[in-house]
Amino acid sequence: MDTTTEGLEQGMERDHVRKVFRAMLTARILENKLGSLYKAGKIVGGVYLGKGQEAVSSSLAACLEKGRDVYAPLIRDQAGRTAFGEPMLDCTRTYLGSVEGPMRGRDGNIHRGRPSEGMPAMISHLGTAISVVSGMLMAKRLKGQMDGVVGATCVGDGCTSTGSFHEGLNAAAVEKLPLVLTIANNQYAYSTPNDRQFVCDDLVDKAKGYGVRGHSVDGTDMIACIKVMQEAVARARAGEGPQLVVASMLRLTGHGEHDDGSYVDPKLKTSGLGRDSIDVGKAQMLENGFTDAAELEAWEQEAAEVVQAAVATAQKEPGPDPYKDDWSAYSNPDLQTR
Amino acid sequence: MSDVTYIDAIHAALGKALEDDPSVFLYGQDIGKFGGAFKATKGLQDRFPGRVLDAPISEDAMAGMAIGAAIEGARPVLEMQFADFSSVAFNQIVNQAATHYYRTGVPVPLTMRLPSGGTPGSGPFHSQSMEALYAHYPGLVVVTPATVSDAYSMLLDSIAMDDPVIYCEHKFLYRWLKSKSYEAEHLPIGQARITRPGKHATVVTYSAMVHEAVRAAEMLQAEGGWEIEVVDLRSVKPLDTDTIIASVARTGRLLAVGEAFPWGGVTAEVVSRVCADGFHLLDAPPARLNAKDTPIPYHPKLWATHRPTPESIAESLRKLLNY
Repeated sequence: MDTTTEGLEQGMERDHVRKVFRAMLTARILENKLGSLYKAGKIVGGVYLGKGQEAVSSSLAACLEKGRDVYAPLIRDQAGRTAFGEPMLDCTRTYLGSVEGPMRGRDGNIHRGRPSEGMPAMISHLGTAISVVSGMLMAKRLKGQMDGVVGATCVGDGCTSTGSFHEGLNAAAVEKLPLVLTIANNQYAYSTPNDRQFVCDDLVDKAKGYGVRGHSVDGTDMIACIKVMQEAVARARAGEGPQLVVASMLRLTGHGEHDDGSYVDPKLKTSGLGRDSIDVGKAQMLENGFTDAAELEAWEQEAAEVVQAAVATAQKEPGPDPYKDDWSAYSNPDLQTR
Repeated sequence: MSDVTYIDAIHAALGKALEDDPSVFLYGQDIGKFGGAFKATKGLQDRFPGRVLDAPISEDAMAGMAIGAAIEGARPVLEMQFADFSSVAFNQIVNQAATHYYRTGVPVPLTMRLPSGGTPGSGPFHSQSMEALYAHYPGLVVVTPATVSDAYSMLLDSIAMDDPVIYCEHKFLYRWLKSKSYEAEHLPIGQARITRPGKHATVVTYSAMVHEAVRAAEMLQAEGGWEIEVVDLRSVKPLDTDTIIASVARTGRLLAVGEAFPWGGVTAEVVSRVCADGFHLLDAPPARLNAKDTPIPYHPKLWATHRPTPESIAESLRKLLNY
């Protein structure tokens, strides 16, 4: 297995790399559990996993500071959520429908967030978070809290075909906002391959059209992802405007757990795109002495215990009570049911 | 004080909101130096630098940015150049803004101004009335001011409200409708007004149609001494069912009038509520009058027939009174 270590010496802090990898590992162990719960019929609705995208997701979010920055995760960003500091209970409670979760059973699975803590809750309509993150940055600018702040979100290859993507990125560029927009090109939007989604040579070429800086990275290579995300986030923080990062990899799972992904070209699975970023990251951690085998095992053990506890807690909690719900979509009580 | 117009009221309310609350900002196409397609923001960028921002032609992104800013504690006021173009923002408004409080418990205090309704020569894409579409979605407030003072106070109330408000301002009223003052009886959003009291039939309507209904009522007064009550809904969501039912209790007859297309919509909702809650009060089948079921035509002669007019409202009322 080849690993990229060149450039490691420059600005590659040990703690940061360890944080990125641990979040990847924890997310994978959590997602394996979610998959099992789905297959056991314990989760109502869909389960959408980020297998294969952990390096991209975690390396972006690990550059962000919760409480100051904005992070809008999408469907395959469990690793980023973990790296950003989302409590694991938010995940298990939302998947298992606990009323104690941030969505209180009113929304499920990956459609969760804590907007007041800088993490908006995604909707299913792709590309819409790009302008929402931009708006959050505009409000911070209005309040004079913009200094060094960055906002980040991640989309897939399919999203680049939407109007929201175009409008959102263009408007952010016009406002010169510190936005890091990552495209995780995992080769398929549900079942649709890249060649039915777009015909440009490389999605990063779009950056020029929007007047923003583009970055490309092998999304299976953790160290490469860390380097490119650090650079993109630093440039955004420094006032260079939106940054477009295109990371390539293969989705190592179906669109959701209901989908076996049988349409995926077998050649892609054996290509470099099909490498598992967890395996690559593990090798990089060991080769560079960021951890050792014993510690890795301890991390895996600890993650499994934390996941088990988060699932058990959420399973013990009650679901929402339809007779106690206020059934109002308005914050102003005068506006209810009229 | 010299006469003030409906558009003056909107301009004054925007200026006051910017003055009073530093978290308010305006975002829309051509609203900066140019002052907006209808001059609703004229001079405001100079008075409030950095808070009156020109947007690219990207209604989806404009709405998304307003939503993000509102989540983050700002009070954005979006100007759609024409209500018609808000169809491009529809996804963000109905899926993101409208669902947000219910899903997350975090309100989205944005106001989206929709220059609405027909004017002669404006055609299919600069004339639409979108209120029923937005009112359909839980989580949105939809207001339709018909008077100069309502244009003023309801815009301020909309901006102050924590829930997302779709503010439908009627372009036909912009310069034609005048008043001595912005100030008048200040009713809260969600309360209808009896614009003209009567006892023989009730017309429930809103926005520019309030004035057409009053003209129809005057015609019937002159022609047969009929006393027609006109109820101005002011906000279509929430809908003030109590005031409507109370009026029908007085008159026994209902005509709901709207400028929007006839399938479904506000007038259907009004008739439905009266049938369900006040059937016993009715002395005649409740009636509706809307625009015709075609796109809004360009030519003034076609346009004037497409929408309800004082003549067509009076004709509907005669049928209702003769039942």
